Amino acid sequence: MVGVLSFYRTTIGKKVIMAITGGIWVLYVMLHMFGNLKFFQGAEAIDGWAHFLRTFGQEVVGYEGVLWLVRIVLVVSLVLHVWMAWQLSRLSWASRPVKYSRRRWLAADFSGRTMRWGGVFIAVFLVIHIGQLTTGALLNGFQEGEVYRNLILLFSNNLIAAFYILMMIVLALHLNHGIWSLFHSLGWNTYPSKSLKHRLCQLVAIAVPLGFALVPISIVLMGVMNV
Amino acid sequence: MTTVIETAPQVATSTKPLWYVSDQTLDAHVPAGPLDRKWDTSKADMKLVAPHNRRKHTIIVVGTGLAGGAAAAVLGEQGYNVLNFCYQDSPRRAHSIAAQGGINAAKNYRNDGDSIWRLFMDTVKGGDYRSREANVYRLAQLSIDIIDQCVASGVPFAREYSGYLDTRSFGGAQVARTFYARGQTGQQLLLGVYSSLVRQMDRGMVKMFPRQEMLDLVLVDGVARGILARDLVTGEIKSYAADAVVLCTGGYGNVFFLSTYARGANATAVWRAHKRGALFANPCFTQIHPTCIPVKGDYQSKLTLISESVRNDGRVWVPKKAGDNRPPNEIPEEDRDYYLERMYPSYGNLAPRDISSRAAKRVCDEGRGVGPGGYGVYLDLRDAINRLGKKVIEERYGNLMEMYEQITDENPYEVPLRIYPATHYTMGGLWVDYKLMSNVPGLFVGGEANFSDHGANRLGASALLQGLADGYWVLPATLPDYIATAKPEPITTQDEAFAEAENEIQAKIRRLLAVNGSKTVATFHRELGHIMWDYVGMARSEESLVSALSKIRHLREQYWRDVRVSGGPEELNQQLEHALRVADFLELAELMAIDALARDESCGAHFRVEHQTAEGEAERDDERFAYVAAWGYNGAEPPILVKEPLVYENVKLAVRSYK
Amino acid sequence: MNLTLNVWRQPNANAPGRFVTYPVNDISPDMSFLEMLDIVNEGIVHQGEDPIAFDSDCREGICGICGIVINGIPHGGKASTTCQLYMRHFREGETLTLEPFRARPFPVLKDLIVDRTALDRIMSAGGFISASVGSAPDGNDMLVPKNNAEAAMNYAVCIGCGACAAACPNGSAMLFTGAKVAHMAELPQGQPERYQRVVAMLSEHDELGFGSCTNHGECSAVCPAHIPMSAIARINRELTQAALRGYSSATA
Repeated sequence: MVGVLSFYRTTIGKKVIMAITGGIWVLYVMLHMFGNLKFFQGAEAIDGWAHFLRTFGQEVVGYEGVLWLVRIVLVVSLVLHVWMAWQLSRLSWASRPVKYSRRRWLAADFSGRTMRWGGVFIAVFLVIHIGQLTTGALLNGFQEGEVYRNLILLFSNNLIAAFYILMMIVLALHLNHGIWSLFHSLGWNTYPSKSLKHRLCQLVAIAVPLGFALVPISIVLMGVMNV
Repeated sequence: MTTVIETAPQVATSTKPLWYVSDQTLDAHVPAGPLDRKWDTSKADMKLVAPHNRRKHTIIVVGTGLAGGAAAAVLGEQGYNVLNFCYQDSPRRAHSIAAQGGINAAKNYRNDGDSIWRLFMDTVKGGDYRSREANVYRLAQLSIDIIDQCVASGVPFAREYSGYLDTRSFGGAQVARTFYARGQTGQQLLLGVYSSLVRQMDRGMVKMFPRQEMLDLVLVDGVARGILARDLVTGEIKSYAADAVVLCTGGYGNVFFLSTYARGANATAVWRAHKRGALFANPCFTQIHPTCIPVKGDYQSKLTLISESVRNDGRVWVPKKAGDNRPPNEIPEEDRDYYLERMYPSYGNLAPRDISSRAAKRVCDEGRGVGPGGYGVYLDLRDAINRLGKKVIEERYGNLMEMYEQITDENPYEVPLRIYPATHYTMGGLWVDYKLMSNVPGLFVGGEANFSDHGANRLGASALLQGLADGYWVLPATLPDYIATAKPEPITTQDEAFAEAENEIQAKIRRLLAVNGSKTVATFHRELGHIMWDYVGMARSEESLVSALSKIRHLREQYWRDVRVSGGPEELNQQLEHALRVADFLELAELMAIDALARDESCGAHFRVEHQTAEGEAERDDERFAYVAAWGYNGAEPPILVKEPLVYENVKLAVRSYK
Repeated sequence: MNLTLNVWRQPNANAPGRFVTYPVNDISPDMSFLEMLDIVNEGIVHQGEDPIAFDSDCREGICGICGIVINGIPHGGKASTTCQLYMRHFREGETLTLEPFRARPFPVLKDLIVDRTALDRIMSAGGFISASVGSAPDGNDMLVPKNNAEAAMNYAVCIGCGACAAACPNGSAMLFTGAKVAHMAELPQGQPERYQRVVAMLSEHDELGFGSCTNHGECSAVCPAHIPMSAIARINRELTQAALRGYSSATA
């Protein structure tokens, strides 16, 4: 469709693509966090969850079929998200050849201003995270399917736990601006900001990374108490 | 036309009379027939240009306000090749944008007795019977279509909950016929015009020349054939040729230095046209608006208006006793003098502008003025807030109240606003006939730049009306008629008239820059403003005017000896821009004083203290002065007064009463 | 009051610019910011130097021609125009840095004056309702619910000063463009050209080299006309709907 193609060429079109792909990732991390909380129900629960994700719908699409579908959607979304971000950032950098000597911000908060750097950090984190807990290539003693054990193994290293917790703060900042922003880009915010919806978005932005962080935090605490 | 039959008094220092009077009179070419048929008759007789021939004709429009912008847009839409000029960076900044209150139209949506006739009568009466009957009637007729056009082009006028258009009342009328968009009606109307204009720019029909200021009119064989404009960015003087020139360059109120005009508003275009032969009509008719924020200090650069619409809900008062220095809220009801309500019970706070302004001056001269310096009166919203609630007042005037607070640091919801009259509009302007053409063939003048519709005093909400009437309807009908009738020969800027005019301008600029004196342009401008305000302001007398004349001449002479203009001619040079404008103001100011002296009567905004009733109201002299005073430039010699007798076929001249 | 000004001076579009310091003494707190600059300029002229060039016209906050970035904020941070900024807002002894509005489509012409015709070009691309003069029906033929009229007015009050683009970290003029699109999309009169308008205006906006919006809200925070961020949400939605309906820059 001509409309859609030309739409993509506009800055708003690119933003909408970022919003949709970002939204897909928001939904994914919410689900991911929900699964992670099963850690606190014990090894069986979380390993079972991992197993469920692999076998779900296998009658139709085969073992790990749904999972791979989701992964493909996520990878495509991520590529589009980063690609659009790159294009838009370049436009933005070019739009002010002479910079201001002084800048004071009235509305742009820290989380909004760090979106680009946050994105870079999250991308690097993602590679490490997949290496450690999905493929296991970066984790000595990784066992496929034994999620609980792998988590304990990984986060018994306090440095790595601290790194993950730090990355969740980065994620929270990225989501804090990103979630509300995606509604804005899709044109679903037509009222003044600081509304209930804005608060809800911020709640999700904090709750999801916090849920993730609970796992390394508790493992570190367990380690401390054992000593 | 210049046979001299009568001469005027002299000033002591000169052997020449102040002016000559021509024995000829001007014909405005008003069509015959009944008043309500004149415009239709006139249009039916006009010649047309066929669509395929229109693009062969170039029309220059100077100014992008309601009149100029609208004329350019419509002529472009008709298919003419339009060149449109403004000194601002964008056509959307013309000072029509600052009009606040509203636009009058005889829609009678409220069924409160309004009609075209009543709007016409109110305007003629408001102008104190010094406007041209047929023009005013046409204005009232067109008012109806104007509202429709504005709505269609997306102007978000105020609406009732039912979705119907809302109206409010304004000074000088007893019906609610004023359509408005909050306190920003002028802005919304101008943006409506601007949107029509950019549409034609997009189609290539209108070429826009922002940041270019017209410095001269070019005549070839006595016919207007082009202009010279200075590119304000590069300083280059550029020539433009056309088949007709339209000036919609606004008023000349900045001759008073402090005014509600934009800083850049100037008289250069009309004054240069005047010096090329166009008659300047009623230059002394300047409107002093009653509700402006009072002057604070010498540094002040402009005065800000608080819309007359606030008088709908606000009550004007001063303390009864002179020297009562209590804060306003501590002055009890019995010690307040609601002087407008007392003096003009039937119109009350909505008495016309000239009357309200003079009343304010009078109570202040009595020592009852308020605020620093004692030149201010209260405009009190207390009763309206108690009656309607703060929210309603906020909805009606919110942006004005915010602006007031920004400027004065006082909260108008808690303490009454302080207001004082300020120069706001000039009814005078270049003389035009019924078709808005000046006495120079091919030179048309619209909007505030012409003189025709408001007589000696303009009613509130009628300036926007006139701008749009001229721009949307009158000029787009009469210009093609001129082109079809006069059939102007093709011309280019190679014609020697352009080179001659350019040499003159270049010489003038060189001369200005070469003075290298000790005072800045602003100093001279401020001094001129003081002279005009004190001697040619709200109250004028033969004595004040004669002394103004010698002061102006002296100041002008000093200017060319002692002004300091920095920078060079071929660059962005704001000092030079200002210096060229002030040079023209210094000449125009003299003509204003002469006109005020020649008009030995009081009428509307022109108040000669020698001619007042026992109650201090203006006293007209219809026997001697029922005419338009059109002045011809006469070089170094005194100007020549040419009269256009005002013939009222339908209106009986009466003493204006708002009691 | 006494202050120090640190002003961007640039003789013309092609010459390099630099900051020049001017001490300012005995200023009344009731002066407007531009009146203070007038006085500084009087002094500069007396010294035989070139006064600071800055745009100003109506000086009552409506024409939108003025605009100076003061201490890193367009119009100085009071959500008013520069001309409606009063010296009482500043502290005694403060140093003020004055810069022109900066964005690629706003080239500096001299000192603090920039060329903003880019905004006219966005308007010219589609910021109008094609209503030929003479063709309009009665003003009350098409009713406009009060809520729509008020909403349209909230967007229509934009003064076109360009502070939004100057404030935007990305140099985007989306608030300006969004306000005009939203104003006309709210009114029944604006419906027939609604989708081609948004596509045309936005395409022009992008082509001129303005950046994209990242929803910070700096624009709205400095806007003298208080245009809300919902103008941008609105243009996003309008453009998406236009795309879904098959409108493209080719059809606009």
